[in-house]
Amino acid sequence: MVTKARNLYLIPYAMWIALFVIAPIVLIVYYSFFDVNGAFTFDNYAKFFTPVYLRMTFNSFWYALLITFFSLLVAYPTAYLLTRTKHKQLWLLLIILPSWINLLLKAYAFIGLFGTYGLTNAVLETLGIGTQQILFTDFSFVFVSVYIFIPFMVLPIYNALEELNPTLVYASRDLGASWWTTFRRVVFPLTLDGVKSGAQAVFIPALSLFMITRLIAGNRVITLGTAIEQHFLVTQDWGMGATIAVFLIIAMALIMLVTGNRR
Amino acid sequence: MNKKGARLANLYLIAVFAILYAPIAYLMAYSFNSGGTMHGWDGFTLEWYGEVFADTRLLIIVLNTFVIALLSSAISTILGVIGALAIRHVRRRQPRNALLSLNNVLIVSPDVIIGASFLILFTMIGIKLGFTSVLLSHIAFSVPIVVLMVLPKLQEMSPSLIDAARDLGASGWDVLTKVVLPYIKPGIFAGFFMALTYSLDDFAVTFFVTGNGFSTLSVEIYSRARQGVSLSINALSTLLFLFTVLLVIGYYFINQRASRSQARGAEGGRAVR
Amino acid sequence: MRQLVQMFAAVFIVAFGLMYATSLLNSSQGYSGGNTLTIYNWGDYIDPDLLAEFEEESGVKVIYQTFDSNEAMMTKIEQGGTTFDISVPSEYAISKMKEENLLLPIDHSKLPNLKHIDERFMNLSFDPDNEYSVPYFWGTVGIVYNPDLLEGEAPTSWNDLWDPSLRNNILLVDGAREVIGFGLNSLRYSLNDTNEDHLQEAKRKLDALTPNVKAIVGDEIKMLLANEEAAVGVVWSGDASEIMTENEKLDYVVPEEGSNLWFDNMVIPKTARNIEGAYAFMNFMLEPEHAARNAEYVGYSTPNKEALALLPEDISGDTRFYPSPELTEKLEVYDNLGKKMLAHYNELFLEFKMHRK
Repeated sequence: MVTKARNLYLIPYAMWIALFVIAPIVLIVYYSFFDVNGAFTFDNYAKFFTPVYLRMTFNSFWYALLITFFSLLVAYPTAYLLTRTKHKQLWLLLIILPSWINLLLKAYAFIGLFGTYGLTNAVLETLGIGTQQILFTDFSFVFVSVYIFIPFMVLPIYNALEELNPTLVYASRDLGASWWTTFRRVVFPLTLDGVKSGAQAVFIPALSLFMITRLIAGNRVITLGTAIEQHFLVTQDWGMGATIAVFLIIAMALIMLVTGNRR
Repeated sequence: MNKKGARLANLYLIAVFAILYAPIAYLMAYSFNSGGTMHGWDGFTLEWYGEVFADTRLLIIVLNTFVIALLSSAISTILGVIGALAIRHVRRRQPRNALLSLNNVLIVSPDVIIGASFLILFTMIGIKLGFTSVLLSHIAFSVPIVVLMVLPKLQEMSPSLIDAARDLGASGWDVLTKVVLPYIKPGIFAGFFMALTYSLDDFAVTFFVTGNGFSTLSVEIYSRARQGVSLSINALSTLLFLFTVLLVIGYYFINQRASRSQARGAEGGRAVR
Repeated sequence: MRQLVQMFAAVFIVAFGLMYATSLLNSSQGYSGGNTLTIYNWGDYIDPDLLAEFEEESGVKVIYQTFDSNEAMMTKIEQGGTTFDISVPSEYAISKMKEENLLLPIDHSKLPNLKHIDERFMNLSFDPDNEYSVPYFWGTVGIVYNPDLLEGEAPTSWNDLWDPSLRNNILLVDGAREVIGFGLNSLRYSLNDTNEDHLQEAKRKLDALTPNVKAIVGDEIKMLLANEEAAVGVVWSGDASEIMTENEKLDYVVPEEGSNLWFDNMVIPKTARNIEGAYAFMNFMLEPEHAARNAEYVGYSTPNKEALALLPEDISGDTRFYPSPELTEKLEVYDNLGKKMLAHYNELFLEFKMHRK
């Protein structure tokens, strides 16, 4: 009786999985076997293994890796320093807040900031460096992506750091370990779970970025997400779009498996 | 850390915040530009703010956006906590990883696919497009992030804590409400705010599943973008942003006062005993 | 725990309060009443004053919803579940929607103002006898350029885009048919060409253009060109006229090899409920005075010849937007190439985008 009651409350979550996860996956896999004219085919899968799509896959992974790396590079010290501030909860909220402003508006602001006659170039000009092309480069793409994903990386790392038992750090310092050794041997390993979930929360969506590939990278960067958007909204080749999605889902499952908790 | 290190640390944080808020400051500054575009400065005006308040349709859309965001994040937080409990319940590694992967499918799937498949789903089930369909999809895509935020907290909770509570005669419900939930509270809040973020930011999914005149702010902004975003949108964003900042800061300090007096009360109680 | 309960209670109370406020606002605006007309149009593609006038004249409350691509709009209409009484697709989308039975036939006898439309824009290949659609706006695809930023001569043809002086100085619109189309046009092929050799030749020629291309963008192209982010842009004429109002230095030319002639027409989707209202609205918009005001507001070319006569000379006499008959001869309307061919065009465009300098 007790176990029954206990399992009863799981029903809403199970329903959510069935309706909004399993059903869409089934739909996507189903669609991936049809061509533009609605005939059954395996062509989409064959097409995925042509150089164009393989290169696109490689590009997506490469950029997602870069974005995750730089997000971590910026987010870890941020989270670490945040835990040391007074009113740390408030500062954390203020890290999340910018993501509540519409992404398109922020992208337009970045276009303004990075443009040939934008603020950044005006600063570079007065510094004597001279006007550079910032917009529509790999740099601006990675920069803006990192900007978008920062809160998703800071939050889990911050939580992990908060959990860290300070006595461990004191002990290590008392034993004569330098700050860097303490960090490398004690702090970082103990917050690895936070880093992992942060990396997952950044890497996986970064694989399927779109829109800013157009707005900020001027379509010089084509990711799997861009291709899917194109197939669903422009070509209306839902089969090919669904096929790419199937591969993305497989990639996601693999990533989860590799970085998954071993405990 | 020594003094120099502390100063360096502050400098770093200031730089991070400066970059995070730079585009927002840019948007806000231009909401006062009489030139009508987001480049070149023609002069100061409050015209765009007037336009916001004259546009009833826009106000309705803003309210809709908030209703959807609040409701969907609250409901998805509840669902997500349940989900995290469920996943923790699974002891064996493989099925747990499988469950986690299922959970994360919606995070990895591009919005366009989620939107398109939800649209097919809703029309198949016969749900009328509009408020209900948008609310349901926002709940749907916010659940996984809540789970991801809550799960680590649950996992680090030592089982002995629960055992101790049980030994003391606590019922299942008591363990949940008196031990587990208070412990994972930070995760729940983080999940709620992330869900709010997802909901406020979403365009593609809403775009697909909305209909019958119902619209949210991001959909409206995207459709207006065709002619170049009007500065009244900047004005609106400025207002909303300042409003949220005030709300967050106000909430934080009220909360702090409350928890401080609570802590003092607890201490007092102990002293009496 | 108490804190959690309090927070969730507060969230729900606020949400329901806001919902109540919304419903009050909705009913005060008349949106919840029965007599409404839902228009599904491109963003900001109509003079809002005209909408207000129509509401007053007919007593119908207009719900104006917008889309940003023909494909997204078609998906919504195809799936149903929502009401649209009027939509404004482009010509290739009209022929597609016709094939898929997404449109209701139009009864010309209910549209007395249809007579004001120029004969040239009636009875075109995508909709013979205008059985399903009524012209709304038309235009071309061409080159916008900024004389101040050019090193060489002003471009007059597609082939001028390959000039080495334009290195990293061209913005292209993100459209497969537009870009592959001008590639074909520059080789003097038809932009409806389906010959594989011709297409590959055009693709190779476009690849050679890559060093000159700064970015391939969407609607932002207007803002970017007005901000002088690049010297040259390939755009639709309607966008060009907006850019030129924004920044008067810029100029527009329809290339001499020929180009695309496009139409956006009003249709009644099969999801329509208020069909009488839809006819009333179309007739209202076909009224020359209204069409003229709309053309002035939107900046696109009107197919309404009576309206054209009402427009000031500097608009109606502008050959960039109302090209001469000789040039019009060279313009082609996109044919519906079929899904397979269209997918192939998109595939080529994708490969072009991925081609690195």
